[in-house]
Amino acid sequence: MTASSTAIGGRVAARAVGVSKAYGSGETRVLALDQVSVAFTAGRFTAIMGPSGSGKSTLMHCLAGLDAVSAGDVYIGDTRVTGLGDRALTGLRRDQVGFIFQQFNLLPTLSARENILLPLSIAKRKPDAEWFDTVIETVGLRERLRHRPPQLSGGQQQRVACARALVARPEVIFADEPTGNLDSRSGAEVLGFLRRSVRDYGQTIVMVTHDPNAASYADRVVFLADGHIVDELSDPTADAVLDTMKRLDGRHPAIDMAEAVG
Amino acid sequence: MLHATLKSLLSRKVRLVLSGLAVVLGVMFVSGSFVLTDTMGRSFDQLFASVYTEVDVEVHAAAVTGDLGATSTLPADRLTQVRATPGVASALGVVQVNGARIVGANGKVVPAVTGTPRYGRNWTGTSDLVLLRQGHGPAAGDEIAINAALAQAAGVKVGDRVGVLTRVPKKTFTLVGIFGYSGGRDSLAGTQEIAFTEPVAQQLMLGGPGRYSHIDVRAVPGVSAEVLRDRLNGVVGPGYEAKTGKQMEAAESASARKDLNFVNNVFLGFAGVALFVGVFLILNTFSIIVAQRTRELALMRAIGGSRRQMIGSVLAEAVVIGLIASALGLAAGVGVGTLLAYIFGNTGGSELALAGVSVPPSAVIAAFGVGILVTLTAALLPALRAARIPPMAALQEVATPDRPLTRVTAAGGFITALGTATLGLGLSGRAHSNTLWLILAGILIGFIGFALLTPLIARPVVSGLGRVLSWSVPGKLGRRNAARNPRRTAITAAALMVGVALVTGVNVVLASTIHSLHKQGDTMVKADLIIAGDPGDGLPPTFDPAVLTAAKQIPGVRDISGEYLDFARVGGKDTALTAPTDLVATARMFPMRPVDGTIRALSADELVVDNKLAKEYGLHAGSTVLIQLSHGRPHAMTVVGVFQATEVSRGWYLSPASVRDFELRQPVGAYLRLADGANLAAIRTQVDKLLADSPEVSVGDRSAFIAQQTAILDRIVSMIQILLALAILVAVLGIINTLALSVLERTRELGLLRAIGLGRGQTMHMITVEAVVISVFGALLGVAVGTGLGASVVRALKSQGIGELALPWQQMATYVALAALVGVVAAILPAIRAARTNVLAAIAYE
Repeated sequence: MTASSTAIGGRVAARAVGVSKAYGSGETRVLALDQVSVAFTAGRFTAIMGPSGSGKSTLMHCLAGLDAVSAGDVYIGDTRVTGLGDRALTGLRRDQVGFIFQQFNLLPTLSARENILLPLSIAKRKPDAEWFDTVIETVGLRERLRHRPPQLSGGQQQRVACARALVARPEVIFADEPTGNLDSRSGAEVLGFLRRSVRDYGQTIVMVTHDPNAASYADRVVFLADGHIVDELSDPTADAVLDTMKRLDGRHPAIDMAEAVG
Repeated sequence: MLHATLKSLLSRKVRLVLSGLAVVLGVMFVSGSFVLTDTMGRSFDQLFASVYTEVDVEVHAAAVTGDLGATSTLPADRLTQVRATPGVASALGVVQVNGARIVGANGKVVPAVTGTPRYGRNWTGTSDLVLLRQGHGPAAGDEIAINAALAQAAGVKVGDRVGVLTRVPKKTFTLVGIFGYSGGRDSLAGTQEIAFTEPVAQQLMLGGPGRYSHIDVRAVPGVSAEVLRDRLNGVVGPGYEAKTGKQMEAAESASARKDLNFVNNVFLGFAGVALFVGVFLILNTFSIIVAQRTRELALMRAIGGSRRQMIGSVLAEAVVIGLIASALGLAAGVGVGTLLAYIFGNTGGSELALAGVSVPPSAVIAAFGVGILVTLTAALLPALRAARIPPMAALQEVATPDRPLTRVTAAGGFITALGTATLGLGLSGRAHSNTLWLILAGILIGFIGFALLTPLIARPVVSGLGRVLSWSVPGKLGRRNAARNPRRTAITAAALMVGVALVTGVNVVLASTIHSLHKQGDTMVKADLIIAGDPGDGLPPTFDPAVLTAAKQIPGVRDISGEYLDFARVGGKDTALTAPTDLVATARMFPMRPVDGTIRALSADELVVDNKLAKEYGLHAGSTVLIQLSHGRPHAMTVVGVFQATEVSRGWYLSPASVRDFELRQPVGAYLRLADGANLAAIRTQVDKLLADSPEVSVGDRSAFIAQQTAILDRIVSMIQILLALAILVAVLGIINTLALSVLERTRELGLLRAIGLGRGQTMHMITVEAVVISVFGALLGVAVGTGLGASVVRALKSQGIGELALPWQQMATYVALAALVGVVAAILPAIRAARTNVLAAIAYE
């Protein structure tokens, strides 16, 4: 295994092996990912960081089976994602992957409770009542279960989205800038839940972010630049992350750092 | 601004095509009807021009009464007079009377081609118009010649012995000749002609020798038709008149064109439904577009666009759509009109040489006028809404809060009440000549009102309805989606409601009619056997009066009363009246309760009448009334009795002696009452045998009679189904449109659902449930509104003898089931589109 030294000692929940992703062709061909290999250990909270255009979102989409890779292989657990058809991909997303998006992406017609249980309902799986209670307790939504998304604040909506991802106990949860649309307090709450679900319940989470503060909640940070993995940190602090970012991106640090800090 | 409008129009092609299609359909029917009537009209002009080529002047009896359909007769001495008139080159006495029916090889009477006569005439030799194909003209009393199309329809050939029904009972003739017409025509637009020798024609068709229907006159060269006409008018004397061939041609053509009006109206009715439903569709599309463009429009306002320009921008879109849709509709209409003209001209034995197809200016004007007007009307409300968007909306998060439904519901309530009142006024019959218009306006306004009320009930009904379908998660999501925008769902469903309501309404009325007739037949009619024929169109079927006498002799027959029918003029009004052979027997079988005078056997110039008519004409026992029958001079008749009008017995009853002045001197029906314990089946068989030579009528019991009389209603029902098909087609477009827009709006949601594991099949299932819920909702509304509509018409018809409300459950269930199917069909394309949603693109931000 060439992926990463930190993978040793734990089961791998998701990994990319020599993944490349190109957009366009000929003159306009852009290589978003260039032979990226990375593994995510089960029960760990990993952040993927990098400046805009570094390929971090592309990596996450490829890992989650939302986007097809140009070369290389992607695995979720033991399943080779590359080359799966729509039906199998749908099944994979349904049973093994959870998502948290920046735009909370809840269904406005359903109550909070129904939104949370939606993946299980679609999969025709019975929710584990005890686990459901634990999740609700963790995200603190007990009083809001009957409300519909328009009646909830942004932070509450994102907590519903977290609960939705957690309740199905997927192999891995992919979170794409989960705090991007939240104020700092709500953001901190959401990140706290994510960390607790990893520490207390052994959930695997992969989070894309460009916020060093958010990344500091993770057990490990992987840095991406120009489609390559360029560095990584274990048990990072916000300052350490910021330093690494500054060091890595000498070309236009001002813009990205201003964005990151602000 | 126009540039921006066109740009935005192009970016929403598919949506606009869908909403425009309803206009295309409507305009197609409008212009199609114009092209059809124009083409047919000119074809009739040509036809009658060919018929009157050899006639300079025609002399006939002036019509005594209005539109009684009575045969005009002129005595042979007028022919002598005409021949002696200077300027007359030749004069031909012609017998040509409607009502000669041939019994075909299958033993049945060859039916008339819709709206065309079945002439019995005298053989006047061949001419430029009439050409012998086979054999020769009739020379002996038992010989006939018939036109080629009739020979083919009857399945007879020269040398056959064929039965012919005329104004007298069936007689048998030898077919000696088959003739056709100039231009290789087998018939003149379907008209049947049976030629007898002159004395026979006079006897059978005019009731005696020495009579003609009219005289065809040719002028000597140098004398104009007009001069000769005026001269002849001086010669023939009062009661007769001369007209030029050109005048006759114009009159006949005008009357044929008038018959086309019916077809025209049917088409315009279809067009009306398509356009009315189309308004809902376009309104919905524009509302959604305006809602989606809120930010864009607000931005335009923010950078200085005026309210006027906003309205203009939306209306300009409407005009462009209207123009394109009208142009397409016009093209389709020309095609459909031509095709139908061809079909009408060549089916069912009608053989009309078609004049060349042209597009009358009226078709173009109507097409564009209607198309643009309808589109503009529909776009008006959304345009006004666009103008009310504040510039601030550009800066705010797009928020489309649920606007309260109070105002629209209040408006709906008011308009519904207005529609109901209008309908009520129309149905009350107090509006006289405006009745039909009031009813139509009432229905129309009522529909608009109901449509406005629909959003209020949309959410609860759709939720309830959806529960049935939401056994699975996708089903549940689909139901929720259907309920989330009550206005949109309501308007989409309302489009379907209109069609279903119209058809249900008609069906309720017809079912009630049939039910009432059966009930009356069972409770009020005491006749055991009834002799009657299918009323059909044209002259009513008749039978040999000898059957009445013979049937009376059958053991077990207690009473028999035959009925003769005539159209007469009473006190300036044309009306139908009856002469029963045995009024007392009739009064026993159709109970008549005298309210004035007595009901007894009548002698000449005596009558009984129901109390409603008596009141209308100011009559009572002992008073006299002047009645002009089809023939003879007006009679002053004495009222001997006035009876209570009921559903089964009403009208004027004359004495059998009056029949000699009737147009039809054969009975049109008869009623028999049997002695207690008589064998109905056996007697029926015996009566059946007596009717062997009267193939147009049959004997049956009450229910068979009612079934026969209501057969025509079944035909109306099937015609109405075409209307339903059309309305459904338009509604399907509406549902597709709404769903396509919803799918587009919910791209992100669909992406999310796919991301968390909703399969393609489940996605399609979800969209399908949404469609089915909307369409079934529309159908239920339609059935409910249609039932209300039908029930109120039935109530209004109580005085006409339709007192029983019957609901056609089976049809109603069919319509709802059909609507469900329609929903599934309409969902196909949007569902495929939804299933193909690219997950990544859908959830990616901005």
